[in-house]
Amino acid sequence: MKYDVIIGCEVHVQLLTRSKAFCSCPNNFGGAPNSRVCPRCLGLPGSLPVPNRDMISSAIKAGLALHCKIAELTKFDRKNYMYPDLPKAYQISQFDMPVCAGGYLEVTADGQSRKIGIIRVHMEEDAGKNIHAQGGLNMSYVDYNRAGTPLLEIVSEPDIRSAEEAVNYVQSLREIMRFLDVSDCNMEEGSLRCDANINLWIYEDEKRFATPIVEVKNMNSFKAMKSALEYEAERQLDEWREKHLTLQAVGKTTRGWNDDRGETVLQRMKEEAADYRYFPEPDIKPISISQNLIKQIKQSIPELPEQKRGRFVQDYGIAQEAAEALTQSKALCDYFEEAARGYQEPKRIANWILSEVKKLLNEKQMSIEQFPVPARQVTELLRIVDAGTISGKIAKDVFAEMAASRKSAAELVETKGLAQISDTGELEDVVEKIIRENPSTVADFKAGKQKALQHLMGQIMNATKGKANPQVTIRLIKAKISGN
Amino acid sequence: MRDLTLCGLKQALENRTYTSAEIVGAYREAYSQDRSHAKPLNAYIEFFADSLDHAREADALREQGKGGLLNGLPLAVKDNIMIRGKEATCASRILKGFTAPYSATVIERLQAQGALFLGRTNMDEFAMGSSCEYSCYGPARNPVNRDYAPGGSSGGSACAVAARLAPCALGSDTGGSVRLPASFCGIYGLKPSYGTLSRYGLIAYGSSLDQIGILARSPEDIALVLQAAAGVDPKDGTSAETAFPDLYPLAPLEFKGRKIALVKEFTEKGVDSEVHEITKRFAGWLKKQGAEVVDISLPVLHYAVPCYYIIAPAEASSNLARFDGVQYGYRDEAAHSLEEMYVSTRTKGFGTEVKRRVFIGNYVLSSGYYDAYYKKAQAVRSLLSRECQKLFTDIDFMLSPTAPVPPFPLGSKVDDPLAMYATDMCTTFANLTGLPALSLPAAMTKSGLPVGVQLTGAMFSERSILQAALSWRKSGESI
Ligand SMILES: [Zn+2]
Repeated sequence: MKYDVIIGCEVHVQLLTRSKAFCSCPNNFGGAPNSRVCPRCLGLPGSLPVPNRDMISSAIKAGLALHCKIAELTKFDRKNYMYPDLPKAYQISQFDMPVCAGGYLEVTADGQSRKIGIIRVHMEEDAGKNIHAQGGLNMSYVDYNRAGTPLLEIVSEPDIRSAEEAVNYVQSLREIMRFLDVSDCNMEEGSLRCDANINLWIYEDEKRFATPIVEVKNMNSFKAMKSALEYEAERQLDEWREKHLTLQAVGKTTRGWNDDRGETVLQRMKEEAADYRYFPEPDIKPISISQNLIKQIKQSIPELPEQKRGRFVQDYGIAQEAAEALTQSKALCDYFEEAARGYQEPKRIANWILSEVKKLLNEKQMSIEQFPVPARQVTELLRIVDAGTISGKIAKDVFAEMAASRKSAAELVETKGLAQISDTGELEDVVEKIIRENPSTVADFKAGKQKALQHLMGQIMNATKGKANPQVTIRLIKAKISGN
Repeated sequence: MRDLTLCGLKQALENRTYTSAEIVGAYREAYSQDRSHAKPLNAYIEFFADSLDHAREADALREQGKGGLLNGLPLAVKDNIMIRGKEATCASRILKGFTAPYSATVIERLQAQGALFLGRTNMDEFAMGSSCEYSCYGPARNPVNRDYAPGGSSGGSACAVAARLAPCALGSDTGGSVRLPASFCGIYGLKPSYGTLSRYGLIAYGSSLDQIGILARSPEDIALVLQAAAGVDPKDGTSAETAFPDLYPLAPLEFKGRKIALVKEFTEKGVDSEVHEITKRFAGWLKKQGAEVVDISLPVLHYAVPCYYIIAPAEASSNLARFDGVQYGYRDEAAHSLEEMYVSTRTKGFGTEVKRRVFIGNYVLSSGYYDAYYKKAQAVRSLLSRECQKLFTDIDFMLSPTAPVPPFPLGSKVDDPLAMYATDMCTTFANLTGLPALSLPAAMTKSGLPVGVQLTGAMFSERSILQAALSWRKSGESI
């Protein structure tokens, strides 16, 4: 049976503004329950919201990066529903005049790049968190610290055609938000949340049938997202084979992903869908966005991953894969460019970062921002290797030591006496001694056995604690033996 | 002493005729006396125990030659305007016991000028009503005739001022709630232009219509308080940049060259003949002062009340949804589930009229009905605003009765919501358009009840409205 998977994503990202969306409480993560609250974010009687300018700027920035049209006039609306974590019993959101609309995002899946349409980007506030008492106590508490945190909701067109593409879409989105410094998009901490609408287009009897749309919620990691959407596509296919249910007949339902059981579970049928009774927020005047402001924000947008990748391949001559790996974060890009500045072989810098730096970051469970070795120290270390002062192998140990001790490459090579012995005079004595002590190996070498040379090298390296310059040593061995 | 206006008291304080402590003492005395009356006015929900302390502090400041514009002057405050540390209940069971954790901007500004507060005044629950009978504390009475309603929703404020239990009071006006009781009690009541007084700390009813108002026995008193409290507030994004730095002292208005429109829609059908007569007489007085009075017709005004009774409940349904028993206020502890707690708390916590408006509001916002009601009402509102704006390019004031009827007996309209809503006939348009409007005491009916007329001006024309009212007061024809 021929069919297409149709997916659209609704992504919420928490903005990194200094204060909350409509009050001046600090916008941080965590803190003692109800320690970052005020009359406004608690929705106390008489309090009024005042929109945070930085939230609006961030939304415009994100919209521009997603190639959206920025509204000349935007407004807030109330989305009404009652829940204990929603202190005003309505969420200030945007309904029919979102701040940004009609953009796209380029996403690569299966080595193929496609444009995924963005319907809209709008601003809204987050809710608090309900906490249910443990140990059989029939009590619930609410922590309003998160209430009023500014969010962007980014809604894609149903342009996504596979679970993999959906994951790549959200990852690209995350990459851009991080580059813009608009959100840290941490799925575990909930600063990036994604729901997806999925159904199938089934081609049968030269006709196209749409299966009922399912909104999949509760996908708390990229892995979960992939599994959930793959599972849901399978499930819908089975359901179609069994019942032939169409979108027209059933409408939209909501299902939650259960990670432990590896399946989606029905949460809500269409009839149970809430009526949010949206209407314009009377406490906030509509907001005009000037061309001037848009221009200003445009200028503040840094080079985005896509552009960076192209430039890295072009200007530094590094491989596409390496460029992709480097552009995972802005900080990593900056680290690379800082290290590569003025260095004749940027490719070697890229390889060093992707192998040695990444290895240490993994071991130490830290981000590049926390990495103690400054970028220019990578350059210095590679220059010491280039000068033949130490070998590439020793350089790796030196680098680990640099990360641990925060000492410079030169300092470590100097104080630890790691410089290679390239001085022929000094090496000559050692080489002569080893040749003297290993007559049979020398004979083997003379008989043309390559292994013999390696054996001799090993002995010399042992004697010099690995500091003998290999090229110089080989030259000396050959000279000494043939000279004999 | 209690016959003095707020400005009169200000002078008496400055001349050392009285101290603030003596003034507050007199009001407190009058308040306790009224409590033992066979039919107490019930103007106050609470008379603050600490007002005398604040009066003594103000007196001490005055002795040091310090103190602001309102130093030591007492005001009464409607129970929906928050004063830090005091209860604020909107005369609703659902908010009984709720202590305001912060003060309204208007309160802070008045306090900064030295004002002190006598107590919280009675009102219709959540400011929904025109008679001050929908209060969980029982109705307030009209001091002119205690068997009559004082008008609402700021009935307690109007009653307190008219009965000389306070020289001046703050109210709130969403559809006429300051002007109507001012008219019924025979005093002055101003609803300023939308945005003039910050709404921060005013417990919302209809956010796009709500405006704090001032009730007093003289327009100058209103000018004095308005000057102290007006001006943009960063805590209220809908507050206006306009301030009134030099309203006080207020000069009477020169009427020559002024054009005043008598609105046909507010003088014909539905208007009591005696009220109509009094309005006409007032127009005659304006003419005598040299103003040009023209008859105009603005048919869209017919739709003001229906439009109001869609938009105000819609906003109210959302504004009042937060009273759910979770964070503060009343909660039905007997409930076993979240759903049950919501339903039971709100069923027991809200009065009938509030519930009625919450239902209406939720209905007109529901999908399937939104376009027919809320959206249409917004369109009518825009049209009304445009028409009024156009009108005020040509005229200075609009004249109308404040209420289409004279004060009515307590209990006569309580069970007839439509009759109650009809009393807002002449007032809601000013809230829908944001225009400033003032009710001034025009005359007494034959049966001895006060009737007010309403002057409405262009946006931020508070000064000339108050000046016109001052001319009236000084003319000696005022009641
Ligand atoms: Zn806050």
